[in-house]
Amino acid sequence: MSEIFIHAKDLCFSYTDEEGREENPALQNFSVDICRGEYVAVLGHNGSGKSTFAKLMNYILEPTSGELTVNGLDLLRKDLSDEEILDLRKNVGMVFQNPDNQLVATIVEQDVAFGPENLGVPREELRRRVDSALETVGMSAYAKHEPHRLSGGQKQRVAIAGILAMMPQCVVFDESTAMLDPGGRREVLDTIRKLNQEQGMTVLNITHYMNEAAEADRIIVINDGKLLLDGTPDEIFAKRDVLTEVGLEVPQCAELIHALRAAGIQIDGNTISSPEACAELLQKALNKRAK
Amino acid sequence: MNKIYLDHVSYVYSRGTPYEQVALDDVSVGIREGCITGIIGHTGSGKSTMMQMLNGLIKPDSGKVLIDGYDINSTVSDVYDAWSERAEYAMLSPRKRKKKMQQEIRERKAKLCFRVGLVMQYPEYQLFEETVYADIAFGPRNMGLDEAEIRARVLEAAAFCDVGEELLQKSPFDLSGGQKRRVALAGVIAMRPEVLVLDEPAAGLDPLGRNYIFNGIRAYQRKTGSTVLIVSHSMEDMARYSDDVIVLSGAHILRQGTREEVFAHVEELAETGLDVPQITHLMQLLRERGIDAPKNVYTVAEAATALKKLFLTGGDA
Repeated sequence: MSEIFIHAKDLCFSYTDEEGREENPALQNFSVDICRGEYVAVLGHNGSGKSTFAKLMNYILEPTSGELTVNGLDLLRKDLSDEEILDLRKNVGMVFQNPDNQLVATIVEQDVAFGPENLGVPREELRRRVDSALETVGMSAYAKHEPHRLSGGQKQRVAIAGILAMMPQCVVFDESTAMLDPGGRREVLDTIRKLNQEQGMTVLNITHYMNEAAEADRIIVINDGKLLLDGTPDEIFAKRDVLTEVGLEVPQCAELIHALRAAGIQIDGNTISSPEACAELLQKALNKRAK
Repeated sequence: MNKIYLDHVSYVYSRGTPYEQVALDDVSVGIREGCITGIIGHTGSGKSTMMQMLNGLIKPDSGKVLIDGYDINSTVSDVYDAWSERAEYAMLSPRKRKKKMQQEIRERKAKLCFRVGLVMQYPEYQLFEETVYADIAFGPRNMGLDEAEIRARVLEAAAFCDVGEELLQKSPFDLSGGQKRRVALAGVIAMRPEVLVLDEPAAGLDPLGRNYIFNGIRAYQRKTGSTVLIVSHSMEDMARYSDDVIVLSGAHILRQGTREEVFAHVEELAETGLDVPQITHLMQLLRERGIDAPKNVYTVAEAATALKKLFLTGGDA
């Protein structure tokens, strides 16, 4: 087991209303451990608390009670210094939903340089980081372009490069593909996978798309502020009924396997999260039937 | 019967600049009355341009947009000869005739935004009133309806969109994302448009929220017999909810027809970079493995039926 990067135990968080009163808890006794280098998808319906969880990761929101340690920093300590919080935010980058809200400069490379420049990174180092970040997301050719002329997927990749230039250890994607078309979504997902596999980056991908969650190594499902399920995509999608009950679905392929099993057809195996794996299962089951 | 007909429509953005881009190139297509038509295509295929033409937000560079056979961008010179024969014009002097025609065209244009309801992407950003009720009532009020009728329209639209009565006096800004989206949709439905056009109505919603939105749209369509157009990237959603499908690619119509007709060419669609339903992709993978899985399958229910048959017969190709 590798080193734990995010540790939450009995974590609670409540938003406060205008008069400072606490509202219904957005997270309740939430416990999860995420290791360095993991690729985790976070599922849940709107209002389930999954975005709250994301925002707690780099102290955009302050946890109410319980335990929360990220990158070795105890976020419930009352005497957190500005330096400690800054260091945390440098290490846990966030990419949000709307590509238009995240770009600040008028030239792509300036936008990517914005974060590290503010961290006081020296000039030569800055150049190196910007070039390497743009290369990682496949946007080097657009370094001198104006961000507003890019497609949604390209803008999101520039936003990701801006995070990478700060050299974080973990990136949290908060529904970063929701406003993109299928092509743009593919570009961003491929970038996420590359970061995870080639650079060992810890990745949290908060999403509504089941097909997208299927690409992660692990899925956690949040419902009404509580951890509902935690497992591999295959394990999670096997629990179709639990997911449907909380307003989620399983990918179409998994749905088909469930439907066939419900009709009394025997299909062995648990690998149901990708079309390729489902095709394999169905072929085996058909061969068995033929004999 | 076509409710809408695009007759050789072309449109170019930023003509004569280095950023010139052809959005629609000589497109002709009819949209059946009383159906849900899905418009699919990737970014830049021209689908949003086409949608904005339907209520006159964008005027075609050439060609006509006909609704019930009437060119919505008509000028007096376009209609002068045809209308001159009508009784109410026949007796007038040419000058008065022209003036009256101008007025009629103006009135028609003004009414167009009530007849063709447009729901833009992320419509919840357009909510602005103090209460949900007032926001939904905004459209009907601008149509000049009386209070009783406005109230009836608001309640009817709220019911279609599953906006509970307890929400009506709340501020729209206190609602969840999914609820806001439904309120925004109700605001357009409350005008009872004959044509309802929606751009990515379910973008960013969770599966449950998506079902609420699509079921609301379908309920409205079935009850009123109106014509609905849904612009979407999602072939999975369109396979589930639309009657007809139009596929746009590179400013042209690639395919059009009933859902079955269009999806029968699903592999060709995949080649143009569109997102094919996962289940259709699975059927293709099975065929590659020598299994006799059918081609024109695009929902889980259809796939289940087809595969059950295969399991009964043994499954050899």
